[in-house]
Amino acid sequence: MADASKLPPLPPSPYGRFFRDGHPWIWTTRAVTAVLLLMVVGIVGIVVFNGLRTFWPRRLVRYEMKDGSVVVGEEIRREVRRVGLDSREQEEVFVRVGNREKYGGNDFRWIVAADVKSTSVPEDLLSFERMEHGPAYGRVRQVLEADVVDGRRVQKVVAEGKGALAALERGIVEAAERRASRLELQEGEIDTVSRAVDDVNDRRRWLARTVEPDDPAFAVRKAELDREEATLQERQQGLLQKVGAVLKEDRRHLVLLEDGAGDPWPRPVAISQVLRIDAVNELSFVGRVGLCVARFWRFLSQPPREANMDGGIWPAIYGTILMTLIMTIFVVPFGVLAALYLREYAKQGWAISAVRVAVNNLAGVPSIVFGVFGLGFFCYLVGGWVDRTFFEQRLPTPTFGGGGILWASLTLALLTVPVVIVSTEEALAAVPRSLREAAIACGASKWQTIRRVVLPYASPGILTGTILAMARGAGEVAPLMLTGVIKLAEDLPLDGEAPFLHPERKFMHLGFHIYDTGFQSPNVDASTPLVYSTTLVLLGLVLLLNLGAITLRNRLRKKFRTGVFG
Amino acid sequence: MTALPDSLPSAPEVSPPRPPGGAATVLEVDHFNLWYGPTHALKDVSMTIGERQVTALIGPSGCGKSTLLRSLNRLNDLIDNLRTGGDVRLRGDSVYRRGVDVISLRKRMSMVFQKQNPFPKSIYENVVFGLRVDGEKRKAVLDEAVERSLRGSALWDEVKDRIHKSALELSGGQQQRLCIARAIATRPEVLLMDEPCSALDPIATSRIEDLIVDLKREFTVVIVTHNMQQAARVADVTAFMYLGRLVEVGETTQIFERPRFSETEAYITGRYG
Ligand SMILES: Nc1ncnc2c1ncn2[C@@H]1O[C@H](COP(=O)(O)OP(=O)(O)OP(=O)(O)O)[C@@H](O)[C@H]1O
Ligand SMILES: [Mg+2]
Repeated sequence: MADASKLPPLPPSPYGRFFRDGHPWIWTTRAVTAVLLLMVVGIVGIVVFNGLRTFWPRRLVRYEMKDGSVVVGEEIRREVRRVGLDSREQEEVFVRVGNREKYGGNDFRWIVAADVKSTSVPEDLLSFERMEHGPAYGRVRQVLEADVVDGRRVQKVVAEGKGALAALERGIVEAAERRASRLELQEGEIDTVSRAVDDVNDRRRWLARTVEPDDPAFAVRKAELDREEATLQERQQGLLQKVGAVLKEDRRHLVLLEDGAGDPWPRPVAISQVLRIDAVNELSFVGRVGLCVARFWRFLSQPPREANMDGGIWPAIYGTILMTLIMTIFVVPFGVLAALYLREYAKQGWAISAVRVAVNNLAGVPSIVFGVFGLGFFCYLVGGWVDRTFFEQRLPTPTFGGGGILWASLTLALLTVPVVIVSTEEALAAVPRSLREAAIACGASKWQTIRRVVLPYASPGILTGTILAMARGAGEVAPLMLTGVIKLAEDLPLDGEAPFLHPERKFMHLGFHIYDTGFQSPNVDASTPLVYSTTLVLLGLVLLLNLGAITLRNRLRKKFRTGVFG
Repeated sequence: MTALPDSLPSAPEVSPPRPPGGAATVLEVDHFNLWYGPTHALKDVSMTIGERQVTALIGPSGCGKSTLLRSLNRLNDLIDNLRTGGDVRLRGDSVYRRGVDVISLRKRMSMVFQKQNPFPKSIYENVVFGLRVDGEKRKAVLDEAVERSLRGSALWDEVKDRIHKSALELSGGQQQRLCIARAIATRPEVLLMDEPCSALDPIATSRIEDLIVDLKREFTVVIVTHNMQQAARVADVTAFMYLGRLVEVGETTQIFERPRFSETEAYITGRYG
């Protein structure tokens, strides 16, 4: 062997050091990270910006056109568009003019910038938030009361001019009170009674199926049911009359609006249709921020209106959280037990390796396939069995035999279980051998070792898996569409009505809501901003769930990993 | 480095021999063999361990001291592809017989490891771990065991104000003494120690050595050590192992002053290993 020290030294290379120290690679890693960061910031930024802008109160602008007509509305954006046969370019303004039913169902309009003679922002223009048909812009002309005199409807002006606005505001408060009392009736007693009626009908069908009509018992039971139904119906009639009275009162109080140009609407509308009035043009910046926050809060806390084009998303938030929690309750024990078996008890061999590969590949199966499986297995097979066994009276109406939050959660649990298994296995593998040996040497059985030493030590890792599973599950949509999500749910899956949790109910979900408002809406211009807002809420929700789990994990980590020098 | 002959003297014919020094027999290792897959790690080892004696296992690295120690309480069971032959008996009860209750046997022998390995729990919970897995729930019993064991491992005065704090906040030496407390909390018959001082400074080492001499009054101790002085200081009986064989067992003074085999002499005088 040649003596290395006798070889001549290498000539110093000007690039040698640069490459040896890995500078090109360090820069590549930096660049890649920067690109990634930009993309994340970009997408989150777009969602946050557009999501919040939806609620930002824009000024109501009055455009006087050269042809003498007047357009009033919120300016959404300006754009240079190609129009006409010769596709010449011209600047146009996209305006939300509101008053949807007045303008033939479309409350957005393009106007040609060059045709605008002048613009102004009149202080007294108001923005009305309404039950139906989106916003209206304009002023209040008259507040009226309708009465029936000698069989004819007569309308009496209650307030006009300056006092009209104040009268309308009072009317809105009263209407809100009436609405609250009506909803209480409808969601409380009326709901209970109509459920009881359904129940009687179920029993009637059951009777027809199980007892022969010429059996004397048939007549007796039928008479019983008839009596029961009669009392129920009487009660229902009474309740409906009360509701009818409220609705009639609603119809008595009317308001006649003016549009932005000062023309009155052809007919007055019920005050109960108006939810809020905002003098947006008068607001200061702080007032605008306040209104934006208030609108956002209502978006979060109210149910949707008008086929999800308006109103809030509270049931969807609720459904998403509840479904994610139910999913977590199933997926964590299931995944942890499976991982325990795979890592701790099973004899490691080709069979276990095959199982492991299969589990990992499960994560690559398209989620819609899980949806199909969930529909076939949980809804039809298991749910069908549950219905035949426990809810036979109600058949053929399915109880558990259709989509529901339980089946959706279970389907998602199946979808996310590989994540939990893989991270739990890793966490188990990372438990130091010395700790296991210490426990075994103390006379602990294998199970005691796992329960008292291994699992606590692995719990931060298990939580990491749970976090990943929750994040994945909360954002998943496709399987839910088959297993229980619904565009508009009347009842929440967890409410004050016994037995409180209704695992068979269909539910609303933010992910599906995004799809529905974004792509199923008849009015794209009105619903697109809501897509951003809903996405923002979903992102925020996943973030919150994650932050909660991460805090918990860090606490556990601290507990198990603080040590003097390892 | 002196090369050793490949063929070593066979184990003494009397099998298993009486423990030196005339003590009663606690553990008997009877023609014990152990294979890690193809590796024959223990070759026909036979020895006895006397009651309330400290028996030191010495020998060069890789000769099988840890393996022998871990064979006594069957901790090697955790390893795949392990085969054994021969037997170990704890006061006459076979450890390797089929169907034996390994867990209750392990409870009669406790172990202290080379590297301190307290559980990530409080000091208190570390000490009572063995009692808890036995199902002991009475607070008075647990409290008594904690104080007795921590006093026994000379840790009580240092930690008595913070026994509900995490054990991981203790220093390395304190942690090792905590592990000793954990090992003696269940009042085992035998205490197995695998190089308990290897990660400790001289002061902590000497404290633990004093402790071992103290523990001898109550327990039978088997200790693996690389430190000749330590063996000389604490052990009543010393066993020298080489290449998986037990070369020589005897009273410590005899082994250190009049070793019968040249390999033993070569090792303890530091000529190899
Ligand atoms: N789990 C194992 N699998 C395979 N071989 C092993 C295993 N553990 C130990 N061995 C082998 O068995 C022999 C004895 O190892 P052992 O750990 O008992 O040595 P030791 O005397 O304790 O050494 P040291 O003084 O370095 O701790 C060594 O050759 C080692 O390589
Ligand atoms: Mg060793």
